[in-house]
Amino acid sequence: MAVDRRKFLRLTGLAALGVAAKPIGILAQEDIPAEISGKLPQENPLTAKRWAMVVDLEKCRDHENIKDCAAACHRVHNVPEFDNPKDEIKWMWEEDFRHAFHEQEIEHLPEKFEYTKVPLLCNHCDNPPCVRVCPTGSTWKRESDGIVMMDWHRCIGCRYCIAACPYGSRSFNWRDPRPFIKETTPEFPTRMRGVVEKCTFCEERLAQGQIPACVEAAKNDAIAFGDLEDPNSKVRELLRERYSIRRKPGLGTHPEVYYLL
Amino acid sequence: MIEKALSGDKRYWSWVGFLAFAIGVGTLAWFRQYELGLTITGLSRDVTWGFYIAQFTFMVGVAASAVMLVLPYYLHDNKSFGKITILGEFVAVGSCIVCMLFIFVDMGMPFRTPNVFIYASPNSVMFWDTVVLFGYLVLNVIIGWTVLGAERKQLPPPKWVKPLIILSIPWAISIHTVTAFLYSGLAARPFWMTAVLAPRFLASAFSAGPALIIILCLILRKVASFDVSKEALQKLAVIMTYAMCINVFLVLMEVFTAVYSSMPEHMAHFEYLFLGLDGKNALAPFMWVSSILAVVTLILLLNPKTRRNESILAFACVALFVSLWIDKGMAMIVTGYIPNVMGVVHEYMPTLPELLITVGVYSIGALIVTILYKVALTVKKNVA
Repeated sequence: MAVDRRKFLRLTGLAALGVAAKPIGILAQEDIPAEISGKLPQENPLTAKRWAMVVDLEKCRDHENIKDCAAACHRVHNVPEFDNPKDEIKWMWEEDFRHAFHEQEIEHLPEKFEYTKVPLLCNHCDNPPCVRVCPTGSTWKRESDGIVMMDWHRCIGCRYCIAACPYGSRSFNWRDPRPFIKETTPEFPTRMRGVVEKCTFCEERLAQGQIPACVEAAKNDAIAFGDLEDPNSKVRELLRERYSIRRKPGLGTHPEVYYLL
Repeated sequence: MIEKALSGDKRYWSWVGFLAFAIGVGTLAWFRQYELGLTITGLSRDVTWGFYIAQFTFMVGVAASAVMLVLPYYLHDNKSFGKITILGEFVAVGSCIVCMLFIFVDMGMPFRTPNVFIYASPNSVMFWDTVVLFGYLVLNVIIGWTVLGAERKQLPPPKWVKPLIILSIPWAISIHTVTAFLYSGLAARPFWMTAVLAPRFLASAFSAGPALIIILCLILRKVASFDVSKEALQKLAVIMTYAMCINVFLVLMEVFTAVYSSMPEHMAHFEYLFLGLDGKNALAPFMWVSSILAVVTLILLLNPKTRRNESILAFACVALFVSLWIDKGMAMIVTGYIPNVMGVVHEYMPTLPELLITVGVYSIGALIVTILYKVALTVKKNVA
């Protein structure tokens, strides 16, 4: 491989930038003037004290339903599609019941769950281990509403957060993702190789007064989204009425994605 | 003093030339990795840390093991170590730099690594690991260089260096303890989440490190007529033997806890390591080689007759080093990811560019140690 003078200069320039430049938090929307972010300031953002998601597994037996949710998520967030599973990036995806709830060591599963696909995503834990281990504060829990955020401009790509996440919810850009994005959504940033990414509960849509893309795409209200602190919210109502489980609750992470059986 | 590294015989220069070549090849491979991303490694969504991080972990141990020479010499006044303590300190310098380079080549955004200091996050073990590793490097550079400089002038080392030497002893323990905490504090990875990980890391380090020093001493005796006493080598061999006994003991503790409790998430990783899981067993043959070598070396080292024979000792040191390298430099890290958090087995094997980069990084370390040793041995020869 030849490294010409220009490339060398670019590399050393990058090194200098890495030291000198103060990375800009792309997700801190309020820092970005409207003309740059391409979005008008919203008057009616959706807010909550503690965002949570409730997935009704009864309604996930229709595979297409979950596939559509994941596809909607990946479309609006410019998630690339690679041929090689090794490079895979997933914000939301479907998994067999046995794998999704692997810690349950299930031996006899009701037939209906044998064919159920469980939608998986970041659990936006109340006590997130990924945030605890991050050496640069590139991922943090937003105190106002509990969303576990990501700053792709600060992330050094050490992948400590991936080691710490018990849910496999985080993906790393092993290669440049841009050529593998089917159709780029201009409203959302694309990422570059070398950083970690994951679901952010559509915080950019919430800021615009829209519900998360997967919730919007789900048929039959398969996914509910709301404020866990509000006793009258849809999510609290569902959790009052139905029995719910969470993934690996024994680890003390307090996941905020609930699954109704 | 550094100019002493600039004059050497043909053998010295061909060795330096060989290392320079390996560094060049590794650098080119790294340029390719920088351009295309870590996709050119064997790493995947499921196994996200591999060969680089494993080498980092192993070499932190080698760096820490300098304390096995410093402690007997400075705290117990063990005179026979006087001549070789500097060798341990310079190995520590080379190893620290190797560790930092392995972290650097593993980063997705290598030139953003200053963010670790710009956005210092004391809640992250990685932040502390960076701090203690930098500190240990600085300590060993200052101590090694000052003591050697004093020796050149045939003066006792300045008084201010003694507190630094004493400080370097607990500091050495800290670098490997904090490195173990990187892993043992993660509830997501039951294979690493064991209180015995830090002690085990220390035990394996304090046996692999001295093994390397003994091998280096024997080589230097041949190629640089470095006169190292039999007594010093034997003392070091005893330290290495006891550390290896403790290491094997701790490994057996781990196996007992996992197997007797029969908790699937703890047992699965050991099953994968030694027997294979879901028909996948890429690491099993290596683990058996590692285990057999461990037993053989213990037999050879515990028996004073065989240990005192320097040819057998040399063989035992190489076998021990290989055994521990397989355990820590190949298996320890990736097995934390196999099976993955959903109980699925996705294996990992390093790729050719990954291996070339690894060889390149090790060659940088070898070059640094070669230069420092050349200086140290020339100074010692001139004084004598």
